Parts: sequence; structure tokens; C-alpha cells
Amino acid sequence: MSFVTLDNISFAGVSACVPHTVYSNLDYSHVTKEERELFIKTTGIKERRVAGENISTSDLCYEPAKQLIEKLNWDKNDIDVVIMVTQSPDYFIPGSAIILQHKLGLKKSCLAFDINLGCSGYIYGLYVLGNLLSSGQLKKGILLAGDKSTMSTAFTDKSAYPLFGDAGSATALQFDKSADTMYFNMGSDGSGKDAINIEHGGSRHGIQKDTFDLIEIEPGISREKRHLKLDGIGIFNFALREVSPNVNELYHMANEKMEDTDFFIFHQANKLINESVRKKLKITDISKVLYSLEKYGNTSSASIPLTMVTEASSDLITKENTLCLSGFGVGFSWGSALIKTNQIVCLPLIELM
Amino acid sequence: MVNLEEFTNQLAGEFEDVDPSTITPDTNYREIKNWSSMYALIIIAFVDANFDVQLNAENLKNTRSLRDLYRIVSEKSKE
Repeated sequence: MSFVTLDNISFAGVSACVPHTVYSNLDYSHVTKEERELFIKTTGIKERRVAGENISTSDLCYEPAKQLIEKLNWDKNDIDVVIMVTQSPDYFIPGSAIILQHKLGLKKSCLAFDINLGCSGYIYGLYVLGNLLSSGQLKKGILLAGDKSTMSTAFTDKSAYPLFGDAGSATALQFDKSADTMYFNMGSDGSGKDAINIEHGGSRHGIQKDTFDLIEIEPGISREKRHLKLDGIGIFNFALREVSPNVNELYHMANEKMEDTDFFIFHQANKLINESVRKKLKITDISKVLYSLEKYGNTSSASIPLTMVTEASSDLITKENTLCLSGFGVGFSWGSALIKTNQIVCLPLIELM
Repeated sequence: MVNLEEFTNQLAGEFEDVDPSTITPDTNYREIKNWSSMYALIIIAFVDANFDVQLNAENLKNTRSLRDLYRIVSEKSKE
């Protein structure tokens, strides 16, 4: 694991966006009513938001970014960096951050690039953006994190389809010499590359004759090779193995106590995984562990900022908070952060028609 | 480590919509009513939370009854 600190960075604001269209897992006709109920009870995911063909991932990040910049009253010419974390970019090329640099009206001297990470991506994004700003040469930056995950799942795959929702987010960081230190702890294990994987479409297998063949893997699980596959047991064991030691080490190295943390905002994988992680961390005050997955499902790299917006906005706006953030998943990749926020801008959830 | 009967009772209590009295150590857990892969995750969570043991896919593949599961959990908890 890699423990690092970040100085001179303040967390200025956050906003999030979901599509207006709601899919209820109670209506998931591919499985029996009993299976739907067991799924909802076990994963905690009742509903998800699904972006139609007219909404791309950058659309889900554009609106929260635009509104956040306005609310912060930032001059667009002062924004030096825009980073987009996504695994469902608008195009293979160019990167989505560059498209949004132009669409948001940011200056041409603005750095813009994408980071290809999923569930852990928000933590990595904060760290990378924070590092670019921490010397004070570049002063303001926007981190965009979002995915249109539902474009990659097969309706006929009960192991993936009902888990994911689409969402986008924007986070504003700025150079600030008086800011509290932020702490990060991150890791990677590429031996897990097959556990969450879209096999076809990239340079390894490209698009072949069988890319669009619907193949039955087991009863209830049929998908094409362009679709996302999930190894539920492998992912669960990865999360049980890596997340709690990572978070414990973060606290140890930062010399902070969990009792002093106001909120634990973890990637919204599913309730069974997240509650197992909570128990391993021995967090007994469940009111501090926030969930948005009931209404929005697993929203990939947007899950942490979305949960901040939907579950903690009044606290974030009105007072100082110590937050423990943790993301983990596809790669495998994981990371956690301990940060302080002080009366930040936190916009109401935006819905895109 | 609890004994086999206690392990069986506790695990049976984790299964939704299943009468715990119908579950014995020799029940093939894949044949219980409405079995789905979700139960595999429930078993993994239960074993992790109560015995601090991680069951992988291979472990589950090699077991049929709750007695088999208990044996693997007992062995792994000694490691």
C-alpha cells in the first residue's frame, strides 16, 4: 500500500447529477419475484437511474460542473486543470475531459485529461488533482467523475444488470496554504483484471464475429462479449481482504482516530459488501456510514460524491467535517482518503431529462 | 469455534424464507428453496463476520453440505 499526504489543498465544493429515468429492481422481469426481493434485501439496491441514448457520461458531468463553477463564483479563466475519471468515455478518442474543457468554456491553457478508473477512481482523482495544485503554480481545478455503466450491462445477466446506476459529479479543489493536510492510502492488484471486465472492444480482442453473440454462462446469466462481466465471489473476497486493512492503515499513518470522523463515505458497491467492510472496521455508529445505493445503485466513480450530495449536504454546507472516503473495485484498484471539509459548496442533486 | 449444530443453526438463520428446522448438517445447501448465487455471498459474509475466515470460489465449489462447509471453516480458522 502507498500512504501519502497532500498539503495546501482545500475542498471547495461538490455537485452530482443523475438521469431522471428510474428503473426499479422490483420490476426486473428477467428473474422471479422471489429473486428480486432477495436481491434487493441483500444488495440494498431498490432503484437505479438509467441514462437514455441521448445522455452521455460527459453530459452527466457537464451540468454539475457548470453549476458548481457558477455557485463558487469562480472565474473560468482561473481554472487551470480539469480531470475526468471515467470508464465509459463519450468516445474512444478524444478524452472526455478535453471535450468538457471546451464545452465549459475553460481557457486553452487549462490542463485536461482522463483517468481510466472505476470504483476507486474518485480517491485517485482527488489525489492526482490535488498534487497538480499543491505547489501553487496551478491554483484551481475541477475533478469530474462519472460513468454510464448501464450501457455495458446485459438485461439477461442477473449478476450485473440490477446493480448499476448512471451518475456524474464535479468536485472543486483549490490551492490554499491554510488548508489541513489530506491523507491518502492507495493500492492496485492487476491479478484481478478478469473479475470485472469488458472482454471485447479494446485492442486485445477488438470487435469480432462473436462479439455480439448472446452466450449463456449459467442459468439467469447470458451476455455478449461486449458486455460487463462480474465475478461476484471474487470481488467480495477482494473487498474483504483489502479494504479494511487499507482504511486501518490510513488512520494509523495519519495518527487519527475513527471516533473523530464525522462520516464514512464508501464506494456504493452493495449493502452486503459495504456492511461487511463496516463490521470489519468495527464502526458501530451506523448513522456515520452513509448510503445512496438504495436509490441509485452502484454508481462507479461517482458514488462517493453522489453520496456526499444526497446524504450529507446540510452537514457539509453548514459545518466542518472530517470525512473518511474509500473506493474499491475494478482493476483491482482501491484507495481511501481522510480529509477535512469546512462549509463547502454542496449543490442539490441535479436530474437530467 | 462453535460446534457443527450451532454452526448449522446460525447459518440457517441467514437464509431468507427458509424454515431453519428444515436445514440439517447434511443438507445440500445448493438444493434449499429458492437457492441463488446470492446465497453464496451471504455464506461468505456470514463466515467472514463470525469466524474471520474467507471462503473463496474454490472452497464453495468443493462443498455440498453444511457439514463440508463447517469442516473447511474449522480448518481455515486454525491457519
